[in-house]
Amino acid sequence: MLQFLLRRSIGAVVILILISAFTFFLFFSIPQDPALLACGKNCTPDAIKIIHQNLGLDKPVPVQYWNFMVGIFAGRDFAVGHCSAPCFGYSFANNQPVWNTIVDRFPTTLSLTVGGAFVFLLVGLGTGMLAAWKRGTAVDKTFSSVSLVLSSMQIYFLGPIVLGLLVYSTDILSSPKYVPFTENPGQWFVGLLIPWIVLSVIFTANYTRMSRSTMIEQLQEEHVRTAKAKGMSSRYVFFRYAWRGSLIPIVTIFGMDLGSLFGGAIITEQTFSLAGIGRLAVESVIKTDLPMIMGVMLFSAFMILLFNIIVDAAYAWIDPRVRLS
Amino acid sequence: MTVSPQPASVRTLDTEPDTEPVLNKGGQGSELVGRSPGQLMWRRFKRDRTGMVSAVVVLMFFVVGLLAPVISWLYGKDPYTLYGQESLDLLDDFSFPTGKFGGMSGEHWFGIEPGLGRDIFIQLVYGIRNSLLIGLAVTAATVVTGILVGVTAGYMGGKTDYWLGRLIDFLLAFPSTLFFVAFMPVVVALFVSPEDETPTYVRVLALFLVLWFLGWMGLARLMRGETLSLREREFIEAAKVSGAPPWRIIRKELLPNLVTPILVQSTYMLPAAVTAEAGLSFLGVGLLEPTPDWGRMFALAGKVYENDPTYMFFPGVAMVIFVVCFNLLGDSLRDAFDPKAGR
Repeated sequence: MLQFLLRRSIGAVVILILISAFTFFLFFSIPQDPALLACGKNCTPDAIKIIHQNLGLDKPVPVQYWNFMVGIFAGRDFAVGHCSAPCFGYSFANNQPVWNTIVDRFPTTLSLTVGGAFVFLLVGLGTGMLAAWKRGTAVDKTFSSVSLVLSSMQIYFLGPIVLGLLVYSTDILSSPKYVPFTENPGQWFVGLLIPWIVLSVIFTANYTRMSRSTMIEQLQEEHVRTAKAKGMSSRYVFFRYAWRGSLIPIVTIFGMDLGSLFGGAIITEQTFSLAGIGRLAVESVIKTDLPMIMGVMLFSAFMILLFNIIVDAAYAWIDPRVRLS
Repeated sequence: MTVSPQPASVRTLDTEPDTEPVLNKGGQGSELVGRSPGQLMWRRFKRDRTGMVSAVVVLMFFVVGLLAPVISWLYGKDPYTLYGQESLDLLDDFSFPTGKFGGMSGEHWFGIEPGLGRDIFIQLVYGIRNSLLIGLAVTAATVVTGILVGVTAGYMGGKTDYWLGRLIDFLLAFPSTLFFVAFMPVVVALFVSPEDETPTYVRVLALFLVLWFLGWMGLARLMRGETLSLREREFIEAAKVSGAPPWRIIRKELLPNLVTPILVQSTYMLPAAVTAEAGLSFLGVGLLEPTPDWGRMFALAGKVYENDPTYMFFPGVAMVIFVVCFNLLGDSLRDAFDPKAGR
């Protein structure tokens, strides 16, 4: 088991290195002059010179990449100051090291994702299992058609509608904003409630459909039939046998969703103007802040790979066959 | 040796209630006439009312998209004219439509865009056209790439399979939306110097390239799996033994058996590509003003929603209908091709 996880971690590190190299070389060697990209229209030669110095563009690209990678572990010195140990570069648009901005922004994304995931996992699994339990009845049909429509919704469409219903026309809630949990848990909860609802509505529908179909599949398995034939109560069979088996595909998708959400729920954050990692990415693309984009990219890829490994560990915990092989 | 199932081309002739061979009336006695799998599929599909309705709706979207210039000509308006500036009574002092429901009238069916005062109906028609055509091109390219990579990996096996698998792992680790957002300026910079104005076709090309680059892996994985299981079947082995070259085996034996998953997956991939394009434009990195775009309408709609909620109504409802119908169509296609798959 430990060996298995170790092997997976090494694989993840290799992929991270490849992604960093790929992104770095695309950003810093494809445009004839990355400084021009960062500077944009109406650029003066002086400005270009400063960007060149700041980004270290006077050195060959492999050397720049090496400096970047070393900086992550050892820190780096820039003309503007020192950037300590996990140094993912220095953002000249924000005048601070990339890592500090990411650390500042991450709690927003973390809160958004954890709350949203809690809701969609709970509601999605619940409705999906209920639909499978009552297969073919009106309950099942209602859930299935509602989830079909909801899963076809877009966050940027549903978001304003919910805002309109709960904020603009009725004043039940105030506009969404992020208040740190440590500062005021109540306001943290109220401020993020609408984003959670909207984010989870879209995901819930997928989880309902998925858990319904895997549950139905599981209920037709032979071990479930055997258990029923032995005279176990159908409730016991449903939860102990079928549910456990249906977890594996759900854990896979859940891990993938969590990984990509932690790396920035871009559209949700943009819709509700929440300053998380996703919004940071969009802002830095619009400002063409190359070091920041690079840092966010690596951070998000790391999150995805981290959750892949967590999923693998969860497999082993759920399914003993994985542990043995 | 175990008994393996028969190849699909034979299997489809079995005795489903709706697949009974027809009796040849004119001939002497009763001669049996078989139907091709395609005909059988069409017969089953025609009976599926949900599927037929979704197919018609989906077709309508394509017709609207393709005939946008004709619609514009019939309707007498184009997506660029600022009607609100031409006749000053359409927008109020705050640039919001004066009329009820976002300025809906016989003249402007879906109302007037707040701010610039363009016609919403024709904006939406052209927006659908642009998003749909980009989505269609992306889907076509990703499907072809997915088939090529997947079938190659599955059929060749060994080292090729291993390295293509690693390539897919690598690309799947990319945060996809972030990748699309981050690489748009880089890909644009490939073609145009950042100092110059970017022509619209370059943005379209860049959108196509980034969406294609991270779009094909799912289908490739599926194709690989299907090919792997087909490769060991008797009819492929028979073809090999009788000396058929690999290209012929792939074309004549493998691909016909892959048509079902390819078609079904494509109907799921197309709306995903369209909404991904719309999402990028919503974020401000896709198509830019003044090119009409479905997704960008939502960006403006979100800003003005508090004062002019009707602006979002038509683009939003159109998009929900579009995605729902495509998903229903995909489900119906799957059922029609393979009634045994069940739900």
